[in-house]
Amino acid sequence: MDLASAQVIGAGIAAIGVGAAGVGVGFVFGSFLQGALRNPAAAGGQTGTLYIGFAAAELLGLMAFAVAMIILYAR
Amino acid sequence: MAAAGKIDPMHQFMINPIGSDQLAATPFQFTNSALWMLVVLAVIVVFMWGGLKRELVPGRWQASVEYLTGFLGNVATQSIGPEGRKYLPWIFTAFTFILVANWLGAMPFGIVPAAHPFTVTSQFSITGTMSIISFAIVLGVGFYKHGLHFFSLFVPKDTPLALKFFIAPVEVISFLVRPFSLGLRPFIAMFAGHILLDVFGNFVIQGINSGGPVGYGVSVLAFAFVVFVGALELLVGAIQAFVFALLTALYINDAVNLH
Repeated sequence: MDLASAQVIGAGIAAIGVGAAGVGVGFVFGSFLQGALRNPAAAGGQTGTLYIGFAAAELLGLMAFAVAMIILYAR
Repeated sequence: MAAAGKIDPMHQFMINPIGSDQLAATPFQFTNSALWMLVVLAVIVVFMWGGLKRELVPGRWQASVEYLTGFLGNVATQSIGPEGRKYLPWIFTAFTFILVANWLGAMPFGIVPAAHPFTVTSQFSITGTMSIISFAIVLGVGFYKHGLHFFSLFVPKDTPLALKFFIAPVEVISFLVRPFSLGLRPFIAMFAGHILLDVFGNFVIQGINSGGPVGYGVSVLAFAFVVFVGALELLVGAIQAFVFALLTALYINDAVNLH
């Protein structure tokens, strides 16, 4: 296997992490909605916490993307 | 790059001096990054200046400026407490700079050939510097207010003695990683979004060039996707700016009120 095809395959495998982070972000927002619909009065004060959880989950997906790009474009 | 095509999505992140495509050996050059930072600054200054009329009944412009300052003031005071307004200048600066840089970089100025926008925040040197400033504030405030007692940040209160030896190293590592993750987040979000836009924009053109029903079909689909991602990019730009401001406020809160 030459380097170019190995790079493309590796980048594709690394991109799985982006999908996994998608699951994580969906879980964060889904759980927030579940809680918010049970107690809408308290939901407004928790948006800050929501975005912290979102940022923590999303960062890992973005890192997977960056790793994929590094693999794809490394010379 | 794979042998498939001439798509080169990395080219848009090149930093070049204005009017040339090669960096010279001297560090003193006026690059496209510097130019677009000045454009971002000009947009922010014009926006804020237009809202400083202090009318009793605010017009639309003044209302939007007041909404922005009030919103960030809430972020600061809710995260840090009543002392939060002291740190509002940096939170405000970081938020507006990242927001305007993200949005300007996503604008389709490229229709005019020479006015191709450069997304300042797609370079880690910019966002990394901003996160270093945030952590300079955190460390400075922490050591100024608490002295060496600031190190108790690494040991949560009321931890059993046996656990302290495990928790302290974890907390130290967590603290040391924060500047990287803080700067990495806005950078990679912009980086990823612009690569996506570039790749699918190339699909549109290559589909038209190859012709035939399949080529045009691919073009139409890719164009719809580019529109969708372009809208998403505006949302992501705003969220990343907000997350940067919020996390900066939280980290400053750690330093101001030791937990």
